[in-house]
Amino acid sequence: MHTLLKDNPGEQILMLGNEAIARGALEAGVAFTSAYPGTPSSEIALQFFQISQENDLYFEYSANEKVALEIGIGAAMSGLRVMVTMKHVGLNVAADALMTLAYTGVVGPLVLVVADDPFMFSSQNEQDTRWYGKLSGLPILEPSSVPEAKEMVKYAFDLSEQLKLPVIFRTTTRVNHSSGVVTLGSMRERITEGSFEKNPFSYVCVPAVSRNLHVKLLEKYDQALALANESPWNMMEGDGKWGIICNGVSYSYVKDILEDLGVTDKFRVLRLGFSHPQPGGLIKTFLKGCEKVLVVEEGEPYMEEGVRNFAQKAGITIPISGKGDDLFSRLYEFNPAMVKKVIGSYFNLTFASSQPIEVSDLSEAPARPPNLCAGCPHRATYVAVREVFGDDAIYPTDIGCYTLGLLPPLSMGDFLVCMGGGVGTAGGFSRATGKKVIAFLGDSTFFHSGLHALVNSVHNNHNFTLVVLDNLTTAMTGHQPHPGVDLSHLGLSHTTVDIEQVVRGVGVKKVITVNPFKYRKTVEAFREVAEFEGVSVIISREICPLYARGLPDHKKERPFYVNQNKCKDHRVCVDKIACPAFYLEDEKVCINENMCVGCAFCAQICPEHAILPVKKEGKS
Amino acid sequence: MNVTKLMIVAVGGQGNILAARLLGEAGVIAGLPVRMSEFHGMAQRGGVVESMILLGDGMGSAISDGEADALVGFEPSETIRAISKCNTDSLVIANTSPIPPYTVAQGKAEYPDVKTTFDKIAGRISKLIAFDATALALQAGTVLSLNIVMLGALAQTGRVPLDVELFRQAIRKNIKPALVDTNLKAFDLGFDAAAKVN
Repeated sequence: MHTLLKDNPGEQILMLGNEAIARGALEAGVAFTSAYPGTPSSEIALQFFQISQENDLYFEYSANEKVALEIGIGAAMSGLRVMVTMKHVGLNVAADALMTLAYTGVVGPLVLVVADDPFMFSSQNEQDTRWYGKLSGLPILEPSSVPEAKEMVKYAFDLSEQLKLPVIFRTTTRVNHSSGVVTLGSMRERITEGSFEKNPFSYVCVPAVSRNLHVKLLEKYDQALALANESPWNMMEGDGKWGIICNGVSYSYVKDILEDLGVTDKFRVLRLGFSHPQPGGLIKTFLKGCEKVLVVEEGEPYMEEGVRNFAQKAGITIPISGKGDDLFSRLYEFNPAMVKKVIGSYFNLTFASSQPIEVSDLSEAPARPPNLCAGCPHRATYVAVREVFGDDAIYPTDIGCYTLGLLPPLSMGDFLVCMGGGVGTAGGFSRATGKKVIAFLGDSTFFHSGLHALVNSVHNNHNFTLVVLDNLTTAMTGHQPHPGVDLSHLGLSHTTVDIEQVVRGVGVKKVITVNPFKYRKTVEAFREVAEFEGVSVIISREICPLYARGLPDHKKERPFYVNQNKCKDHRVCVDKIACPAFYLEDEKVCINENMCVGCAFCAQICPEHAILPVKKEGKS
Repeated sequence: MNVTKLMIVAVGGQGNILAARLLGEAGVIAGLPVRMSEFHGMAQRGGVVESMILLGDGMGSAISDGEADALVGFEPSETIRAISKCNTDSLVIANTSPIPPYTVAQGKAEYPDVKTTFDKIAGRISKLIAFDATALALQAGTVLSLNIVMLGALAQTGRVPLDVELFRQAIRKNIKPALVDTNLKAFDLGFDAAAKVN
């Protein structure tokens, strides 16, 4: 049985934040779940995926975040208890559905988990999801710790049920990827069958209906505001004259720092966990007891602007600060020492700060950038593309492992903003410059949002080559399935959608599927599309070796080695392919047998044919 | 506040996350408050993996520069990269067997002289325990037990408020039965290695 299904209230379990969120949903009786994976949210969906194979919980990896939300909406409108999870940029994709869902509201509760990534550990931007609260009018809850995340998720379901509105549950990486001790609660019964009551004049958002619904949304907003002002998730602690308003992980730092410095008596702290609608009444009450206030929040000055607004309305003129020089930055993640320093300087506290040891004279650690894995088929595709087009073509790329092709010596990636954007921008680059454009796109990304751009390009007679790097899984986020994946090894009967058929179906005239580990044929395919006018698609299809390793029928290939008698040290292998399995020993190229997966790609590139499979009984 | 702050750094694939989990589980068995955080954005793609483990009072799960009570480095250059987490009272347990990043093979970066750098570090912290943990892992039966060798060494120092037996319990509870013996052996080898340095 899955650990998160333990029906043993009171038991304490060490859980990842994302596991705690999933457990909270299960305790709240969640029946219907959907997601598009994305760091740092992915492990929530993984729990649901696993659990759905054990019981009647519905879960699906949807093609993208908007579809995931829409699937969830259908279930929530039918009265089921629903959770949909995604990363922060995923909400941009889902936002179209969410904005008007705020108008219709929901019948069963719908909790939308959105995981922000301050510092961009694994993201293309660090946008602050809290603004979506203001944009949509929907309530936002934000936990400060792992144990709280579980409890707060349960409340999110209650709140959604009470207001008949979807609730945004906003986390940051430091909550998603932290672990803490969680006390199991009891499980609410899961109801997996719903019914839909038709009510088109409340649910079909034509202008005349929406004009009424917007009024309703504002009424619900007022109810939510009243709840936020009274909410136990918005805690006031202490009765000192110095005020700190904080949220999320910042609260945990503030709390530890004040305790550590022994100054809790000088401060009063307001932690906003129910952070939208901003609880103006509560904030005003808090401000009235303060001489000066510091707002501690990662990301944008979302609370700070609100607090200043409420102060102005209440005629409160005390200093209120947050972001600024010598204060907090809008950039990146906070850490305890940084928060301590700003609190110290703002409130004139003196304390001995921690003293890192002297490091200026130590040799620097060499950069260890993430790299395409040993035996990654994307690398092979990139080597072939570089062979044919060099630096002459423009290479829009997309979001996935293959983005790492940007690093030299492959240097395959000239522009990237968002999922699916590689295909869309390709048409623009091509029209504007008249140059050869080769766009890269992953298989999961193809289904996520590349498809629409491809259809557009066919219709508008654009001229570029799209390379679909099909490694048969969503590799970057941990090998989740997508519509093109065969799940029969898990006993699941999903229908596999064939990328080549789709591409041909939308009218692409030139389509070639290659195995990138067959170097010569792959190069030939790229030569063939080089002169083609119009949209051409090369599907470069080979399974991700990390994913393959976990499949039941996986057979390990023999690794390769460099025959030092044959090697003339051209270093074409290192300079062109840059597989991480290569290393230098006494200035000679060698292959790490533990890393080599036996793809045999480098053996085809070596001009001396000096790269050979390791013989079964030892090697030369 | 009474809290022990531990940091583990490693290269993707070295078992950092599991080591942290075992430490945390041992803490839970001991009834200690446990908070951890992990960073492994692109770990499987050869990147750096960091874990922070806080045992004891408090709420936060992050460790700032100069605040680690102990730093455990599974790879020497990663130990060097993270060394600013240490202060003069810190303990450092470091594997001496390198995994050079690809930037070194490409000639774009230089791998530091481990001995010279570790000698300098040793003079600035309370104690450095450096040994070839990779060799001990292989001796235990698999290079994959490196993480447990390092845990064994940490357990020996007594810098973690956890009885040695709790580590063994956590290993038995969280590692596949078929692999428990190998890992207990790895644990003992690490424990003995640290004892020799002591």
